[in-house]
Amino acid sequence: MAEVEETLKRIQGQKGVQGIIIVNSEGIPIKTTLDNSSTVQYAGLIHQLVMKARSTIRDMDPQNDLTFLRVRSKKNEIMIAPDKDYFLIVIQNPSD
Amino acid sequence: MEIVHVYTKLRGEFGRQCLFSDRPAELMVDIPADPSLALQFIQKTPRDQALQACRDMSEHQVNTERFESESCGINHVQGGWPKDVDPEEMEQTIRFRKKVEKDESYVNSILQLGSVMEHCIRQNNAVDIYQEYFEKEEEVEESQEPPSAKTINIFRDPNEVKRTVTGLSWHPDCGRKLAAAYSCLDFQKTNKDMSLDSYIWDVENPNRPEMTLKPASPLVCLDYNPKDSHTLVGGSYNGQIAYWDTRRGSQPVELSSLEQSHRDPVYKIIWLQSKTGTDAFSASTDGQVLWWDVRKLNEPTERLVLDPGREGNLDRALGAISLEFEPTMPTKFMVGTEQGVVVSCNRKAKTPSEKIVCTYDGHHGPVYALQRNPFFPKNFLTVGDWTARIWSEDIKESSIMWTKYQMSYLMDACWSPVRPSVFFTVKTDGVLDVWDVLFKQNEPTLRLKVCDKALYSLRVQDNGRLVACGSKQGEATLLEICSGLSTIQKNEKSLLAAMFERETKREKILEARQREIRLKERSRSEQSREEEAGRGDGEESPDQLIARAEKDFYSLVETELRRREDETQQEKGVCEEKEVKDEAETSETLQ
Repeated sequence: MAEVEETLKRIQGQKGVQGIIIVNSEGIPIKTTLDNSSTVQYAGLIHQLVMKARSTIRDMDPQNDLTFLRVRSKKNEIMIAPDKDYFLIVIQNPSD
Repeated sequence: MEIVHVYTKLRGEFGRQCLFSDRPAELMVDIPADPSLALQFIQKTPRDQALQACRDMSEHQVNTERFESESCGINHVQGGWPKDVDPEEMEQTIRFRKKVEKDESYVNSILQLGSVMEHCIRQNNAVDIYQEYFEKEEEVEESQEPPSAKTINIFRDPNEVKRTVTGLSWHPDCGRKLAAAYSCLDFQKTNKDMSLDSYIWDVENPNRPEMTLKPASPLVCLDYNPKDSHTLVGGSYNGQIAYWDTRRGSQPVELSSLEQSHRDPVYKIIWLQSKTGTDAFSASTDGQVLWWDVRKLNEPTERLVLDPGREGNLDRALGAISLEFEPTMPTKFMVGTEQGVVVSCNRKAKTPSEKIVCTYDGHHGPVYALQRNPFFPKNFLTVGDWTARIWSEDIKESSIMWTKYQMSYLMDACWSPVRPSVFFTVKTDGVLDVWDVLFKQNEPTLRLKVCDKALYSLRVQDNGRLVACGSKQGEATLLEICSGLSTIQKNEKSLLAAMFERETKREKILEARQREIRLKERSRSEQSREEEAGRGDGEESPDQLIARAEKDFYSLVETELRRREDETQQEKGVCEEKEVKDEAETSETLQ
């Protein structure tokens, strides 16, 4: 329990990190550092995106699986680390 | 031919040791070239042929079925919560979350994901992968790709009975909206069910017009106010002027009174530049140009009758069908008439007769479009009959440049606002022509068939890339021109200035020559008149003149002939002298 907190605090302390969201496999945000409405939006939209990306990788090669997803946009970068039951979403402003 | 060389060895010498000896080369056979064989071969000049070991491919373009798409938003609501947890209840959600956090698999997966994530975050912080490495690089020279244009959208008239798009106007800020005026210009062919509406379209949405304008009579032309992008003014088929404010709805805010308006359809209306930003002027085929203040549309502020005799006589007035106004020259304006004459007027003249400054007579038919070149205001473009002509203000006799006679009537034209040498024209066979005067002068640089019906109107947006043209079936097509035709080239302005000057000078010289010839004719006719009057004084009559001319001619011929004979005589004389000398010599030697 404490390790989880420590990990999240370390991530939050990195340069440029704007927010962290932990979502479960049903799309429910478990832990978040952003406000409620953004969290709900991110959780819903990113959940669909990860499902689509994962199914794409597995369609191409059934032995393969998605390990990490980075979505770079003009304003920031959304990094998603998927797992069997949970995803960890971090929004970072890349250094420039 | 068989070449045989025999090697012999005595039986008794078999098995003996080989003793090699040196000896010089010996010519065995010499086969000379046989030229007669060359006749069996055909000489072919070098040819090159490209080969590629790959499959044959062909390129096709396909148009998909048109489908209507609409974008709408979705409201996200939290979902996925198990049945016993109500997402609205804070306590329940908190309790659920705490339960999950205590789960061991959660802890493990988060720790693992956390380390992966940290690695990526640190990567991002270490190197910026999108860093601009070659910032100061010079712009690449434009590749010489052929000019092209792409249709982006087609805005169709939503009504059953289709009307012609007779007027187009772009929204002054950034051009996201296009206002189109719809009416039926065929004489007495208006359908009873024809709708009177005109529309404002949003460029991105071709399915439905953004706004409808409901005038009392169909609009023939309209114009957005360049100062206030919410207001528009439109001229309608029955001669009235209407003023709209888009914030206030579809009905016109004000309508000019029927008695004081034009008596024929208003073919062109343009906003003027004034301090109040509420002045506009309109032209119609009833021969009048009227000035209006949109705050008070019951009466025009000024009136001008296009009488070439400068007497303000409406019966002899020329019907106006196009109007031109350049904000950089606010006192001058030009009117194109149905009779093919372009009238240049000065607004600030003291007396009405001085208002009409001069006329340019160039076309055989109505001058449908008239526009000054935005970069060279002294030169203007007109279309009418089957040609497009470029004029210079100083030359009144004829245009300085013109296209050849096209196959169909030209209905509208305008200059490109970014490239001084490019202009666009539309024709009744549905073709949009893009002319680049510096590149090719006898043919359009790009010819596009926009639709099967006649195209009636054309407007270029201020960025020079988007062109809207309207057809007879109520379709307004939006095209994007390739960057080659919409970005200004180096030296373009100076080259075009030189071209215009050259053509203007040529026309001036021609004009001067014409004037000279005319003067000579006049003086000669005066002279002959004088001579006829003074025949009794013993001066020569025409017959005597002819006789004298004949005599002069023959005497000239004779002198020439005589001269030639003298020359040959002289030559002969020289030869004869020589012969005589030779004879004398030989006779001398003989003696």
